[in-house]
Amino acid sequence: MATVPLELALLLAGVLFALGLAGVLLRRNIIFVLLSIEIMLNAAGLAFIVAGARWQQVDGQVMFLFILSMAAAEVAVGLALVLQMVHRFGTVDSDVVSRMRG
Amino acid sequence: MLGLLWLVPVLPLVAFVLLALGGARMPRAAVSALGVGLPAAAAVIAALIAITFGASPPAGHSYTQVLWTWMPVAGADFMPQFALHLDALSIVMMLVVTWVGSLILLYSSEFMEGEEGYSRYFAYMDLFISSMLFLVLARDLLVLFLGWEGVGLCSYLLIGFWYKDENNVRAANKAFIVTRVGDTAFAIGLFLLFSSLGTLDIPEVLSRAAQQWPAGSAVAAAAAALLLGGAVGKSAQLPLQTWLPDAMAGPSPVSALIHAATMVTAGVYLIARMHVIFTLSPLVQWFVALVGALTLLLAACAALVQRDIKRVLAYSTISQIGYMFLALGVGAWTAAIFHFMTHAFFKSLLFLAAGVVILAMHHEHNMFAMGGLRRRMPVTFWTFVAGGLALSAFPLISAGFYSKDLILFEAFTLPRGNVLFWLAGFVGSLLTAIYTGRMVFLTFFGPAKHEPGRQPRWRMQTPLIILGVLAICGGFINVPDFLRTALPAPPESEHSGLQIGLESATGALVIVGILVAAALFVWRRAWADALYRLPGMAGVHAFLFSGWGFDWVYDHALVRPFVTLARINRRDFIDFFYTAVAWLNIGGHRVLSATENGRLRWYAAGIAAGAVIVIAIMVL
Repeated sequence: MATVPLELALLLAGVLFALGLAGVLLRRNIIFVLLSIEIMLNAAGLAFIVAGARWQQVDGQVMFLFILSMAAAEVAVGLALVLQMVHRFGTVDSDVVSRMRG
Repeated sequence: MLGLLWLVPVLPLVAFVLLALGGARMPRAAVSALGVGLPAAAAVIAALIAITFGASPPAGHSYTQVLWTWMPVAGADFMPQFALHLDALSIVMMLVVTWVGSLILLYSSEFMEGEEGYSRYFAYMDLFISSMLFLVLARDLLVLFLGWEGVGLCSYLLIGFWYKDENNVRAANKAFIVTRVGDTAFAIGLFLLFSSLGTLDIPEVLSRAAQQWPAGSAVAAAAAALLLGGAVGKSAQLPLQTWLPDAMAGPSPVSALIHAATMVTAGVYLIARMHVIFTLSPLVQWFVALVGALTLLLAACAALVQRDIKRVLAYSTISQIGYMFLALGVGAWTAAIFHFMTHAFFKSLLFLAAGVVILAMHHEHNMFAMGGLRRRMPVTFWTFVAGGLALSAFPLISAGFYSKDLILFEAFTLPRGNVLFWLAGFVGSLLTAIYTGRMVFLTFFGPAKHEPGRQPRWRMQTPLIILGVLAICGGFINVPDFLRTALPAPPESEHSGLQIGLESATGALVIVGILVAAALFVWRRAWADALYRLPGMAGVHAFLFSGWGFDWVYDHALVRPFVTLARINRRDFIDFFYTAVAWLNIGGHRVLSATENGRLRWYAAGIAAGAVIVIAIMVL
């Protein structure tokens, strides 16, 4: 089985995380923001898998399962909030919903 | 009877408390009944006490009533007694304060009717009389100081009685601040007396000073000089005299009571009371005489040219107190108190009569706008003339003649007097006669310019008549003899021929002065105008009119530098450190509250940046 070099895999995870972060910071559409968060979570999960494979430990895959279930829960809550937002404000633009100004 | 002594200062105090608490809700008749009645009752009690004292003098010719111990400080052995002390000196002072005060209050009850703040006026006046009585009856210097500050406070409140005019408020502030200079010296003097003698009980202070301090010692001189400082401030003597002419902003009866008869002579009383200390330091005592001589001449010159009738009287008060200081300075203690008493009669009379004139002239103070009031206001005219005769020491028929000539005679003959002091008083009596004559002639003679408005009724006329009689006859009361038990009497003189000679000279000079005034202001007004047009005369006139420019000097030397400093330091430098803390907090608050903008992406960026920073710290 051909092994992927650790560095390349971690680089991929880092690039994915950065893309996701950029998406969170730059996109105003709340659905894309949720998508970007998923990408960041998966980037973190990828890093765990790679690390688990590198040291032949099962912990990495366990952590990935945790992340996966947490992401599912987060998306459930997040989508419910998006529905509420569309229902109340009629928009998916996160900047419009800024009433909690200090 | 002597046991009732405490009632004398307490009755006016009760009147003050009642009027201050409930005066605004009382009808005016009740206010004047309380405000005049209780001090008058105190006056009656004071007279009974004086009669008892005179009929059967207590042991040692003094009587002490200890009321309680005021703030005992055991460790420092400081046990000031709140005690009243009665001797010949305080009897004279007490009688003058209560009787002249009651007459002036009776006058005020009519003078002030129709004024706003009728009960406030009587409350202040009663507080003043009470404080003044504590001052003259105090056995302990600390109680004396309490009365001293109390009269200063009442003076301030009453000068600024018509507080809606800013000038009156300024005059009140000026009086308060200038006298504060003297009071500070007085307070330091008290510290010095206590630290070196260990007591403030007046008879004890005097006896210990006589035992412990050698004559001419530095500590005696320092104590005397500090007491003199206090006296100079209170009695408006050189160099702190500038507040008194401005103090005329108050109602006329206030000027009569506070700024002529009683408070301004508190300095004379203080020096007479502490005479042992002054005797121990001949230099300071000489200085007292010098201050008196200079003041009486300066103020008399300034009085020559004033236009405001009350300012003439104010300068003449300064001048007459100068005579008293001159007497104190040469050791004529009894003559000074004698002149204090006659001055209280005639000067309060002059102020009250001037108040009548001012009311009748619709609050006109300028003498040149008056005139011809002789026939229209006969009672006022004749009482004013009686006061004027006494002020100018008209020979034989006025009270001022006997007291002033006693001062002049003793200034000439006593070992601490000399010819120059006598000459100052002698020239001063000429000036006094001229400015008094000018005041009387301008006000009451000549063509009538205005019809008098309000004529005085009995409550204003009775005090005028009683004081007028006293201004003529008060000189026959043998006060110097009565004071022998309290103050060192001058030695029996063998110069009766000299005394008659000096009295005739002064009397002739006074008559000349009055004739000069009559010539200039009644018979030949053109001469006065010609005199005024002499070259350089306008400048001299302006200089004297401003009271020898003292206000200008003080304004430039003290007031303006102080105001400039205050303006420079308006943003207090020390406060900068504290305001900087406040500014940093406010700035930080602004920055932080700007970050709370409610934007999701901004918060996410904040979290990301925070995570980066934390990781960076952990990795590096």
